[in-house]
Amino acid sequence: MKKLSARRRHPLAALVVLLLALACTGGLYAVFAPADKAQADETAQSLTIEEGKKLYAVGCASCHGTGGQGTSDGPSLVGVGAAAVDFQVSTGRMPAATSQGAQIPKKPAVYSQAEIDQLAAYIASLGAGPAIPTEEQYGPEGADIAKGGELFRNNCAQCHNFTGKGGALTHGKYAPNLEDVAPKYIYEAMLTGPQNMPSFPDSTLSEQNKKDVIAYLNAVNSDESDSPGGLELGGLGPVAEGLFAWVFGLGALVAVAVWVAARTAKAKKS
Amino acid sequence: MSTTTTPESRSRGKAPAGERVADWADGRLGIYSLAKANMRKIFPDHWSFMLGEVCLYSFLIIILTGVYLTLFFHPSMNEVEYHGSYVPLQGQLMSEAYKSTLDISFDVRGGLLIRQIHHWAALVFLAGMFVHMMRVFFTGAFRKPREINWLFGFLLFVLGMFTGFTGYSLPDDLLSGTGIRFMEGAILSVPIVGTYISFFLFGGEFPGDDFVARFFSIHVLLLPGIMLGLVVAHLILVFYHKHTQFAGPGKTNKNVVGMPLLPVYMAKAGGFFFLVFGALAALSAIATINPIWNIGPYRPDMVSTGAQPDWYMGFSEGLIRVMPGWEINFWGHTLVLGVFIPLLIFPLVLVSIAVYPFIESWVTGDKREHHILDRPRNAPTRTAFGVAWITLYFVLLVGGGNDLWATHFHLSINAITWFVRIAFFVAPVLAFIVTKRICLGLQRRDRDKVLHGREAGIIKRLPHGEFIEVHEPLSQEQLYTLTAHEQYKPVEIGPTVDENGVRRKVKMSEKLRAKLSKGYYGGESQIPKPTVEEYKEITSGHGHH
Repeated sequence: MKKLSARRRHPLAALVVLLLALACTGGLYAVFAPADKAQADETAQSLTIEEGKKLYAVGCASCHGTGGQGTSDGPSLVGVGAAAVDFQVSTGRMPAATSQGAQIPKKPAVYSQAEIDQLAAYIASLGAGPAIPTEEQYGPEGADIAKGGELFRNNCAQCHNFTGKGGALTHGKYAPNLEDVAPKYIYEAMLTGPQNMPSFPDSTLSEQNKKDVIAYLNAVNSDESDSPGGLELGGLGPVAEGLFAWVFGLGALVAVAVWVAARTAKAKKS
Repeated sequence: MSTTTTPESRSRGKAPAGERVADWADGRLGIYSLAKANMRKIFPDHWSFMLGEVCLYSFLIIILTGVYLTLFFHPSMNEVEYHGSYVPLQGQLMSEAYKSTLDISFDVRGGLLIRQIHHWAALVFLAGMFVHMMRVFFTGAFRKPREINWLFGFLLFVLGMFTGFTGYSLPDDLLSGTGIRFMEGAILSVPIVGTYISFFLFGGEFPGDDFVARFFSIHVLLLPGIMLGLVVAHLILVFYHKHTQFAGPGKTNKNVVGMPLLPVYMAKAGGFFFLVFGALAALSAIATINPIWNIGPYRPDMVSTGAQPDWYMGFSEGLIRVMPGWEINFWGHTLVLGVFIPLLIFPLVLVSIAVYPFIESWVTGDKREHHILDRPRNAPTRTAFGVAWITLYFVLLVGGGNDLWATHFHLSINAITWFVRIAFFVAPVLAFIVTKRICLGLQRRDRDKVLHGREAGIIKRLPHGEFIEVHEPLSQEQLYTLTAHEQYKPVEIGPTVDENGVRRKVKMSEKLRAKLSKGYYGGESQIPKPTVEEYKEITSGHGHH
């Protein structure tokens, strides 16, 4: 203590105190305010948004407007959320071709995942909307397949068929086949309701319910699902079965009949 | 007696075992005369004559597999919770009918294969009957004396449709439930009595808990029982009438040229049964049909897209899908024309082909028996009518599957619906005109072949430099086959005044008949077949070339 008091008038004492104080405050700040990291993230986030804005200006603004407000060629993107962007751009539906038919089809994606995240961040910054779901939300853990099947038949089968093989809508529109669509995109589609699809927000179809539906589709309409009866014939029901019965069933039997009729006792005369 | 006979005399005096059995049976059943009359029955050989056999055998296969299925199926609508082998339905509530069908598919040995054979055989059975019926139609095999058998066959087709429909409804899955809901809607659209019939059929409000048990009785007992009886009657009549045959040398209206029932035809037919069974079993082992586990249990609050009936009911689906949703409201009642009109057209589509033989025989006024088949081209109006009917049927099938046409050919479902609405009226007419012209073209070709021979494709240069194509004259057999058919003359109304000069009243039906007859056999509806004189003139002229 004596040593310390002896040096308290040292010319550098003030500097040492200042350093100590700074270290102390810095330490305390570090302990009590994790906002430090958030601060850094926010910077990164704003950078991402900036990048996304640039991408948006080049690839999207011509239809959706310079600020995402929408034009006659494309709807407003304010409040659609990151989930909608991730779904539309990752499945290649956006950017849409200039001459589109009744419905914008699925295509190979144009942007990389990093770019999609930037676009999503920019669109999310325009107004609050559903965020991109995490693997925990759409993963298979804790899902009830049977319940998912029931929910699917109740809410989805009207357009997508019993096992999500797809179906027709009016004027050339259609509900696409859900075979091997990644769980994330199914989740996002339910959340945001792309094109003609109604949206199923958590208030309608809870997170658990969405998980169940995804698990059901994975069980009945993916690489992993098996068909115990043999060839599935597209899983489209009696029309495909009828065609198969005519062509391969009756066709085979007529061929057999022709063969049998040609083998008559007269055939030996040669 | 046996004590006195020596071993040798016994062996000499006793007939072979087969003869003894036959003797024993004949003494009790009188089968000798029956066998004598029928064992040498002749059947002509042609692949198209075996289409009926395809139907008969698939019918037998359906009965055999159906019996197996009844051993495990519970026709009950009691609600149970599923705990079987199929994971994606674990814990779901369902009717016992649906559960037992799942058990047949997953837990009964061979159950799924038998179920699939049963269902595939049903589709092939109906398709076979359709084609068999068209064979009979286009060759004119329905003419006297076979009109009744034509009707039996037609009844079998219609009963087969309804047996199939009730079978499709039994598993109580979401697809079949939708089908029954469709049927209920059609019944409800009937004015005045619709509601009563519906309540009677379902034992109250749809779906109730009766219909599976009721449909089961209809599906396994009532309809197949009637069908079995009709099949037997159909076959007895085939035996009684003897089989028809195509025209050819040595084949007349009074004989049948072919192979005897025993042993040739019996061996062929027996072998063919196993071929049919084998083909259907292979089909069922390769391709799945009606995967009810994917479809889920029926609940009236659920429905799926792609909900169609099996193909033989597809034309009724087409009728309902393309019909505009008209309805009339009066005094608080609704007449749902959008459903009721298709319900009325449905039987008309079927009946129109069934009554055709009677219309034709009225127009021709022909009361003779016909055992020689027509070539379709030689009856252009009949052939054109048949093709028009098939066209109508096919157009309606397109309407019934309009959603799949839309998704697979990237079309608008609305455009398809409008196409079917227009084609329903226009396509049969076009098909009629085009077919008739094609038939006439083929008749002209036959005439040319008879008179000028076959174009040999050999070009010859004559000494003075002219090129000619060599025509090869037809053989005597071919000439006979091409000219064996007879050609009718149009019916005349006859004198409109009687011998006393009094004007006779010509009935409307008489005028209509004369008009139809002119359409059938007038100058624009058949090409006169070459006469012997024409043939002789041409062939004798060849030498002067």
